[in-house]
Amino acid sequence: MADKIFRVNMSDLSTTIEAVPEGWMGLGGRGLTSTIVAAEVKPTCHPLGKHNKLVFAPGLLSGTQAANSGRLSVGGKSPLTGTIKESNSGGTSGQMLAKLGVKALIIEGKPASDSAWYSLHLTSDGVTIKEESEVIGMGNFAVVETLNQRFGGKVGVITIGQAGEMRMCGANISVKDPDSHIRSHGRGGLGAVMGSKRVKFIAIEPTDRKVEIADPEGFKAASRVFAKALIDNPISKALGQYGTNVLVNIINESGGLPTRNFTSGQFEGHEAISGETMHDTIVARGGKPKHNCHPGCVINCSQIYADAKGQYKTSGFEYETIWALGADCAIDNLDYVAEADSLMDDIGLDSIEIPVAFGVAMEAGVLKFGDGAELCRILREEVAKGTPLGRIIGSGAAAVGKAYGITRVPVVKGQAIPAYDPRAIKGIGITYATSTQGADHTMGYTIATNILGVGGKLDPLSKEGQVELSRNLQIATAAIDSTGMCLFVAFAALDDPTCLPALIDLINARYGIHLVADDVTNLGMTILKTERAFNMAAGFTSKDDRLPEFFAEEPIAPHNVVWDITDEAIDSFWNF
Amino acid sequence: MHPTQGRVHFTHQCQRMQLTVKLFAYFRDNRFKQQCLDFPEGTTVEDIIRALGVPLAEVGVTMINSRPCELDQVPAEGDQVAIFPAIGGG
Repeated sequence: MADKIFRVNMSDLSTTIEAVPEGWMGLGGRGLTSTIVAAEVKPTCHPLGKHNKLVFAPGLLSGTQAANSGRLSVGGKSPLTGTIKESNSGGTSGQMLAKLGVKALIIEGKPASDSAWYSLHLTSDGVTIKEESEVIGMGNFAVVETLNQRFGGKVGVITIGQAGEMRMCGANISVKDPDSHIRSHGRGGLGAVMGSKRVKFIAIEPTDRKVEIADPEGFKAASRVFAKALIDNPISKALGQYGTNVLVNIINESGGLPTRNFTSGQFEGHEAISGETMHDTIVARGGKPKHNCHPGCVINCSQIYADAKGQYKTSGFEYETIWALGADCAIDNLDYVAEADSLMDDIGLDSIEIPVAFGVAMEAGVLKFGDGAELCRILREEVAKGTPLGRIIGSGAAAVGKAYGITRVPVVKGQAIPAYDPRAIKGIGITYATSTQGADHTMGYTIATNILGVGGKLDPLSKEGQVELSRNLQIATAAIDSTGMCLFVAFAALDDPTCLPALIDLINARYGIHLVADDVTNLGMTILKTERAFNMAAGFTSKDDRLPEFFAEEPIAPHNVVWDITDEAIDSFWNF
Repeated sequence: MHPTQGRVHFTHQCQRMQLTVKLFAYFRDNRFKQQCLDFPEGTTVEDIIRALGVPLAEVGVTMINSRPCELDQVPAEGDQVAIFPAIGGG
């Protein structure tokens, strides 16, 4: 059975199932969501209005037996940045949608009145819209539990928490994982778009269907090579043992760990929040130090963090979140950080944007740096309940900066800067500035080469070579984001010569086509240009590809360096 | 002074240097997080790794005073030397 486009119109509550247009057949994941958004969404539309669309697309390899292939993309116009947006998540939904033959699920229009809420239901028969009341107002954990009761434990769930219902710009979209915990389409406020269309959740019926493979023998052979490349890579082993939080100590040592709202590059409390401490704490308390976010992942970078009584506290406890709460907000206590992580999972908030927002709020004196108890109280009592303070925080770092008249606001195109200071790691500064989706580290993860020695070495303080490094990684990442692969396959792809050819072989065997490496590069370039064209039509210019003023003027310890890459150099990024 | 194989050996204190050595991730197992150690002048980062029994093939990143360094670099008195296995994340 061929894959189809599933369309849901929330204006007239109708659904259609369409054949996949020729031009979309070679696309998946971000390549498909960005192509559809660019083709069908007016770039100047209001992101919370009826002209925006929410597009879910599994990757080209999602639903197959290939290792690490189960990621799901969701795209639209971001209410946080006003740019095009693609956000990527683990969980079980990507594989389930692929097996049901969903090439893309497009949610368009919006109900005329705000009186009702709805849910979408995907089965092998298609998609239906139902009115929903029972889970409205619930946090994501309760939604998943309720739906497990209603539909059975194997149901796939995509859900928004209270933040998405209230259309906050920091609202994420959450995905149920194999243990009924939460993974996130974190960045860019797409949870608010889902909320603006009055869709609380999407339930996906499990199926025994298998994804069609054009060349099963070729697929199996490539799959073995690919999985081996991932498993053998030493970085996979470190990720399995310590999680992404292994980065705290190396980024701190390098002098690029943004601390107390980006006023220092090192945090004196780094050990208390490090991956090493997290690992030891999890083991001592009987949690799980190694865990995966979707079936078929062989890297297992996730974990289950237990509280002092050995009970589940949070999972998917990531470096970005722990940095933001631990160093940027100076909360040097993993238990408060875990509490806040769990609250953000439940309320449905981007765990980079909101803690960075808190960092700006701390600078503004709303609460003290290091006050983990008050931060958790504000999440629970204010953001989740939509009080005026809660709505300001829930709207992100730029909104807090504006409301309190702060100049040290670390955002690009309105999105908060993640866990690496661009003054001390210049390659990532280029990615932040030029990314089509606002400040984002995954778009072109130069940390790999600037700090980790992966894919070569480039001095993080050098002014030379950073634009080329970011460009190459952004192109490659856009392509990987289309395959359904977890981006962590990139560590193997950059250093193991068997890995990328195996990935290309997998795509060819799945579809019976004959791509070569240049085709993958061209795909990445096309995606970036499509996204940029949307943004320019939305009103963005090269003046928006800039870092905030304070980075050029405030030297950061310990290296006492500023952001000094010229505008001309930044703009040369687009010379391809 | 005793010239030996073209090198001159001194016998006073300035022949050795004090370094702060920092280990990370599983390199800490059965070793330490951070220690002040004595090394002969001219010791390279690679020499330090071998002296600690850290498997050279597993070393991912080395830094001196928070700056990336090569294995053949020679630290100076008082330097902080950080040694990491191959790690990654996002």
